[in-house]
Amino acid sequence: MTLRTTRKSALLGATFLAAATFSGSLFAEELRLITWGGYAPDEVVAQFEKETGIDVKITLSNNEDMISKLRATGGAGFDLAQPSQDRIVGVQRQFNIYKPIDYSRINTDQLQSSMVKATQDATKLGNDYYGVPSVWGTSGLIVHSSVADTVKDYTDLCDPSVAGDVSYRLKRPTLIGFAFAMGMDPFAAYNDRDQYQSIMKKVEDKLIDCKANVKTYWTGGDQLLALLRTGEVKAAMAWDAGGWKLNAENPDIRFVAPESGALGWIDTFAIPRRSENEEAAYKWINFVMQPEIAAKITNASGNFTASKGADEYVKSDLRDAYRASFTDQAINNIKWYPPVPPGLETMEGQVLDRVQAAN
Amino acid sequence: MRSSAGRLSLWLLLTPFLLWIVLLVLLPHLQMLRVSFQVRESWDTLDWGLQQYQNFFSESYYWRTFVRTGVMSLFTTFLTLVIAFPIAWYIAKLARGRSKGLLFLACLIPFWASELVRTYGWMILLRESGVFSTWLQALGWADGPVEMLYNDVAVIIGLVYNGLLFMVVPLVTTLEGMDENLVEAGYDLGGGHFTVLREIVVPWAMPGIVSGCIVVFMLTLGSYLTPILMGGKDSAWFTQQIFTQFITRFNWEQGAALGVLLLVLSSFIVWIGLRVTGQSLRKVMG
Repeated sequence: MTLRTTRKSALLGATFLAAATFSGSLFAEELRLITWGGYAPDEVVAQFEKETGIDVKITLSNNEDMISKLRATGGAGFDLAQPSQDRIVGVQRQFNIYKPIDYSRINTDQLQSSMVKATQDATKLGNDYYGVPSVWGTSGLIVHSSVADTVKDYTDLCDPSVAGDVSYRLKRPTLIGFAFAMGMDPFAAYNDRDQYQSIMKKVEDKLIDCKANVKTYWTGGDQLLALLRTGEVKAAMAWDAGGWKLNAENPDIRFVAPESGALGWIDTFAIPRRSENEEAAYKWINFVMQPEIAAKITNASGNFTASKGADEYVKSDLRDAYRASFTDQAINNIKWYPPVPPGLETMEGQVLDRVQAAN
Repeated sequence: MRSSAGRLSLWLLLTPFLLWIVLLVLLPHLQMLRVSFQVRESWDTLDWGLQQYQNFFSESYYWRTFVRTGVMSLFTTFLTLVIAFPIAWYIAKLARGRSKGLLFLACLIPFWASELVRTYGWMILLRESGVFSTWLQALGWADGPVEMLYNDVAVIIGLVYNGLLFMVVPLVTTLEGMDENLVEAGYDLGGGHFTVLREIVVPWAMPGIVSGCIVVFMLTLGSYLTPILMGGKDSAWFTQQIFTQFITRFNWEQGAALGVLLLVLSSFIVWIGLRVTGQSLRKVMG
């Protein structure tokens, strides 16, 4: 053996070693989480890092952005994501960005079984489940007490007496909410394109009529809260957590479940297809769903979790606001989003574009 | 030997630029062009076709939004020019020494903050519970809160403000090179203010005007934050539709087609502008 080959193999060995330790350190110590604001409070992250030695890197996002990011990389770049339960199956079939959840690695004892069931049903594809329930909440109405007698359902936002004091988003929850308030059932029509189209047509006409009433279509949570806080907007279609947050600052502003029913969503845990640290992802899921930890998430985000028994540890004022908004009847009346079938979002998109462009 | 070293260093110098152009400009655009011709048939099958481009012309809201964006951008550009010209004239011809630098700096300072911050600044001023509304009420000129945000005027204010610097700089540069004797000669020959402006100053400043207009027009056409935040419910802007298609609807095919159309149509408008003013791109940019 000549000197040259020895040197070469030594060099190779060193490179391998360096590569192995480098990638090894990446594998063992990092969890890249893409999630919503408030779902991974600093306190919880610090505790997790201390207990497991895994470094958590957080990217804040929303449903659409999460899907776009994962779609662009084919499911790489993140180890754990938190899309809503109705946005998994369609996306998975179309873009293949998630991998199935191994439920044997999840501590389901600490989760509310009804919610596990609902999430499994909504995220089932073939024989696999793609989601674990995490945080749930509803969208309904945030109203100022001065107009609370008028605005009781989504369509009341179009009442002439609140003209100019109203805001909602131009997104699919608005279409669905208005459809329910107009006495139709869009979820039942999910698999019948023509019927869904006719429902959407009616909603479109209603929203175009209603446009004069709207101050502005809100696009971000902070923007909406500012509009309501200053009193520039007195009634809006929005999330429950935002309403409770405002209620804590100003008791005159309250979240109410609309008469036709609040719209319920469950944000899940889903594992991207090219996750590099599944182990840490499962650890995180089991860690944050412990009741004490889950309560911290509720305190930070304002939304309740699927963790069993976490309510006990939640801040009392938040619990009170929640109970004031939801009677038992209102809870039973929550409309949970079923998975979105293909093509519907394109249809809804055109409706939203037409409403935006209408004068 | 010598020439090959020279060539090597030329290539080395060019490399960053070429990488930038090819990787960040050319490739993404070609990719977008390709995607724009794809038609999604169902979950996992794709076909080629002109469907997305047909949508643009058959769904009236796409092209109506485009026309609206184009017309408002042109108007914004014109307004920016009208506002920027006196400023540029003052900086280039009347201000001396230190005050010249200070004035220039004053134009520049707002751009140290991001577009988002500047836009929020305007929102604080214009909103119903904002500064202007409060002043008007305090002075007794308005009975109740006045909403000045969420309309087209607010959008144009924001856009003009964002474009101002990019109009002032080329104007100052060209105006500085103008011999003042020309203006004097114009007056000596019996020209009035308007004649001198039309016959001497404007033709001289034309390259600056055109390059400023091109930059401001493109910036305005491509801006996203200002129209969305300040425009409110009626503020459809074309970039917003592209964003929605890509991000909210996951309809990359339609988004790509709209993106390509924006590029083509805006280039076309600039070309028309150059032809009408009798300028060439080389003269303007050189």
